[in-house]
Amino acid sequence: MAPKKRPDPRALPGDPALRRELFHSMLLQRRFEEKVGEAYALGKIGGFCHLYIGQEAVSTGVLSMLRPDDYVITTYRDHGQALARGMSPRAIMAELFGRVDGCSRGKGGSMHLFDRNLNFLGGHGIVGGHVPVAAGVGFAIKYRGGDQVIVCFMGESVVNTGAFHEALNMAALWKLPCLFIIENNKYGMGTAVERAAAIKDLDRRADAYAGMHGEHVDGQDVFAVREATGRALESCRKESRPALLEIRTYRFMGHSMSDAVSGTYRTKAELDEQLKRDPVWMMKARMLEAGDCTEAEVSEMEREIKALCQDAWDFADASPEPSPEALYEDVLVDTVS
Amino acid sequence: MAIITYREALNQALREEMSRDDRVFLMGEEVGVYNGAYKVSKGLLDEFGEMRVVDTPITELGFAGVGVGAAMVGLRPVIEFMTWNFALLAIDQVVNAAAKMLYMSGGQYPMPMVFRGPNGAALQLSAQHSQAFESWLAHIPGLKVVTPGTPYDAKGLLKAAIRDDNPVIVLEGEMLYNTKGEVPEHDYLVPIGKADLKREGDHCSIITNGKMALMAMNAADQLAKDGIRVDVVDLRTVRPMDVEAIVTSVKKTNRAVVLEEGWEIAGIGAQVVDYIQRECFDHLDAPVLRVHQEDVPMPYAKGLEKLAKPDLQKTIAAVRKVMYLD
Amino acid sequence: MATKVFMEALSPTMEEGRLVSWLKQEGDAVKSGEVLAEVETDKAVMELTARGDGVLRKQLVAAGTTAPVGTLVGIIAEVNEDIAALLAGAAASAPTASAPAASAPVATAAPTAPASTPARAAAPTPAAPAAPPAPAGRALVSPLARRLADESGVSLGAVQGSGPGGRIVKRDIEEALARGPVGAAPAAAPRPAAPVRTGEAFEDIPLTQIRKTIAKRLSESIGPIPTFYLTAEFDLTRVAEMRTAALALGDGFKVSFNDVILKAVATALTQHPGVNAHWLGDRIRRFGGVHLGMAVATDDGLIVPVIFDADQKGLREISAESKSLAKKARERKLKPEEFTGSSFSVSNLGMMQIDQFTAIINPPEVGILAIGAIEEKVVVGADGGFSVQPRLRVTMSCDHRAVDGAVGAAFLQTLRRLIENPLLLSF
Repeated sequence: MAPKKRPDPRALPGDPALRRELFHSMLLQRRFEEKVGEAYALGKIGGFCHLYIGQEAVSTGVLSMLRPDDYVITTYRDHGQALARGMSPRAIMAELFGRVDGCSRGKGGSMHLFDRNLNFLGGHGIVGGHVPVAAGVGFAIKYRGGDQVIVCFMGESVVNTGAFHEALNMAALWKLPCLFIIENNKYGMGTAVERAAAIKDLDRRADAYAGMHGEHVDGQDVFAVREATGRALESCRKESRPALLEIRTYRFMGHSMSDAVSGTYRTKAELDEQLKRDPVWMMKARMLEAGDCTEAEVSEMEREIKALCQDAWDFADASPEPSPEALYEDVLVDTVS
Repeated sequence: MAIITYREALNQALREEMSRDDRVFLMGEEVGVYNGAYKVSKGLLDEFGEMRVVDTPITELGFAGVGVGAAMVGLRPVIEFMTWNFALLAIDQVVNAAAKMLYMSGGQYPMPMVFRGPNGAALQLSAQHSQAFESWLAHIPGLKVVTPGTPYDAKGLLKAAIRDDNPVIVLEGEMLYNTKGEVPEHDYLVPIGKADLKREGDHCSIITNGKMALMAMNAADQLAKDGIRVDVVDLRTVRPMDVEAIVTSVKKTNRAVVLEEGWEIAGIGAQVVDYIQRECFDHLDAPVLRVHQEDVPMPYAKGLEKLAKPDLQKTIAAVRKVMYLD
Repeated sequence: MATKVFMEALSPTMEEGRLVSWLKQEGDAVKSGEVLAEVETDKAVMELTARGDGVLRKQLVAAGTTAPVGTLVGIIAEVNEDIAALLAGAAASAPTASAPAASAPVATAAPTAPASTPARAAAPTPAAPAAPPAPAGRALVSPLARRLADESGVSLGAVQGSGPGGRIVKRDIEEALARGPVGAAPAAAPRPAAPVRTGEAFEDIPLTQIRKTIAKRLSESIGPIPTFYLTAEFDLTRVAEMRTAALALGDGFKVSFNDVILKAVATALTQHPGVNAHWLGDRIRRFGGVHLGMAVATDDGLIVPVIFDADQKGLREISAESKSLAKKARERKLKPEEFTGSSFSVSNLGMMQIDQFTAIINPPEVGILAIGAIEEKVVVGADGGFSVQPRLRVTMSCDHRAVDGAVGAAFLQTLRRLIENPLLLSF
């Protein structure tokens, strides 16, 4: 299916309240990630830490279309989706700080955010490894006759793994309600997509599996993402068929905190060109244009979000380190069924 | 008590547990229409239908991951690998997903699932189809690993594995499927983590697990003819290991031979020996010896294969050596 | 058939020995078990015995030479037997009187040496094969055998190992025990048979929680042995009377104050098993018999020979044995089994005119009694009158992990009762 044309800004979808909500979600992710970068620089956060800056329209666009009882699973670049799914900034920041009040009690860190109450099945660290897991969740939904959907986010480099193919094949074969989201941010670590994938339009991978809906869409336009997601969900929920969306986006930061923003594998000029299509500021411009809000209201929202992020930091900083006993907890449960 | 095969014992365990709990399902290659590559799942498709006895494509990584996902949201999958050799393709799901999900989610996602299938060498299947994976899997915190050696243990341990809320590895033996033994018809469980004293003696301990338990019992019977009384400690579970059973036996006999199917380096026996040197140092009258597969890939030629495998003669020789008889 | 005489490991820790003197000269006929030479170990002077019959044909090291364990020091053979090859082999490796022991090669196998390990491979008969001597340096002992030897008092130096490389294993200790007197080498003079005793040699008492806490807390306070001291002064009037009366009966009944004290201590210990004990870290071992250590000063330093089963022995026996042990100690002739295995010790500095002192506990024992000088003192009697009495001050050092104050004090009460009424010692 062809990408949707940019909609007329004067006819933005949804009502102003929804649009303000979407913008708030994206802005929160942006400011939170900036705060995370600061904390990392100060040594408050260790290990691998992958920022989501530049891709906010994808998480907000997709997750704003889900029901609370749907499931979400993602990769190690998981802060943005956790926020967009509704996880508290405090629980995320505390997890990044490695504290007991973190969403995974300080055991998972940046790459492994989990929240059972939100059906947020975690960030996963092995490229491709979580895609069959998503198919398993789809299998369980079908096994129980439910009408939920599992949304599986992945980077574009996943489409080259065997796990991806095995999972999509089974999802199509067994007609599982799985929505596979390829966040094509153009680079798998430092390798450009065209240097890794022997296919140009990644959504065409769907063609290999009978009955699978496939589509690519502009990932910097939150409305376009929502529309495409809506169509895909229709296929999953109503027809119990898997769907594949390639959402074309761009990461403005390096692969992880230990990686230069530009230089070796992409040029500063390319980055500057992409920054012109910053999803957060594009959204803001359109809302101002549509009269959804004023500059003053945006400033007020900025103040509120800034306070929220600082509160998350302060909360995380005050949260205790896990006790030594926690080391041996959660290896096994001592229950049987 | 009925005398049935190991295969039938596993079949009974699956049937009973699937009847007991409708969250339990069996998934793997040829488990349904074909009735299982080794007929362990015979008749289950007819009884439980294709949603609960699921034939998969030949995609170990894929369907192991499907099991992980299903377990995350409350089902109790039993994932069958046609053999554990093929499970190497799925090792990421076993090690990185199933074993770690509970820990890295801070306790939010238990993984009530079973990975099972035949382990170790059969006959002349050569290098890629003849290897024992106990030590690979026992290495991983977050897993439990059971290795039943008899029909009784096979049924009891598989049932316990299915009811356990943790990921449990069940290592069966292709050469064991046709072995027979007494198995109660009623519902029973063999506790995970408990060894079984399969022979009692006070001269030497043979500590072993899985398929090798039969060989150890055989060795004990042979040695008894020479007046040598052997304790056969069948670990049954290699993770968590029943250290108390090992220590009790070795303190009684003062000598030990550790018999395992796999390779020597970093094998199960290495761990057993470590427990012995830590807990029984002042009780040892001889260094502990190990019997295991030779340190080579499994050859095809019959004669070479025999040389490569641990066997009765090697076991008996080791017992005599720790008793200073040879 | 020639028999080689090796420097043997005559104590558990011996690595080399000094051949003090040859008791057999070249040309002397010797029988298996006869003493060939005296050897000074790291602990004492021991006897090196012959392990074959014949004539001592050659002394390969001179008196005064130190040689590592395993060194060939002599050859026993028939009068006319050709021992040239043996001599040639020995010449390469054996130290001579002028050669410092430190440079002696460690039993480098001479080409003719028959007792090398590969020989075992050719002789797979299970029936107790003759084991080669343990390699020089360190005796090979299985951990179990070492523990059994410790517990049963078998001297490992006197046991031939039958395991690979001469390793001493469980069955060797069991055979040594079955052979008779504990640890005695075949030729050594047998120790007097221990008196028959009912019950076990010792009893291990598991630590109670309060005992563990006491042990831990007090060790933190004074460690590693949290010692406290109890001093008491005894009236020796009646002991003095008894000695006088005994002397009147003749020399055969002559006993010293020290003998009476030793006897009294041994008797008191039988009534206070908590003091006649070892602290073993995770448990307390109470002994069925009293093995009384008595500190003896020698020119080389302190050594504590043991009167075994002192509780079963009469005053005269104790007197004789303590004198003999003290003499042996001063001559450095104590065998290892004569100075290990005590269950409680006594140290007496009375003869040095020390009024009172504290002695250091000899672990794992839990107490030691320090005996001061006997002194004439004026004391106030029960009737208010004055009298002059011989008085003795003793101080008991107690390991508080095992012995509480009241337990130590009760022991001293019993001791006082016995010493002040020595007649009780004959009951």
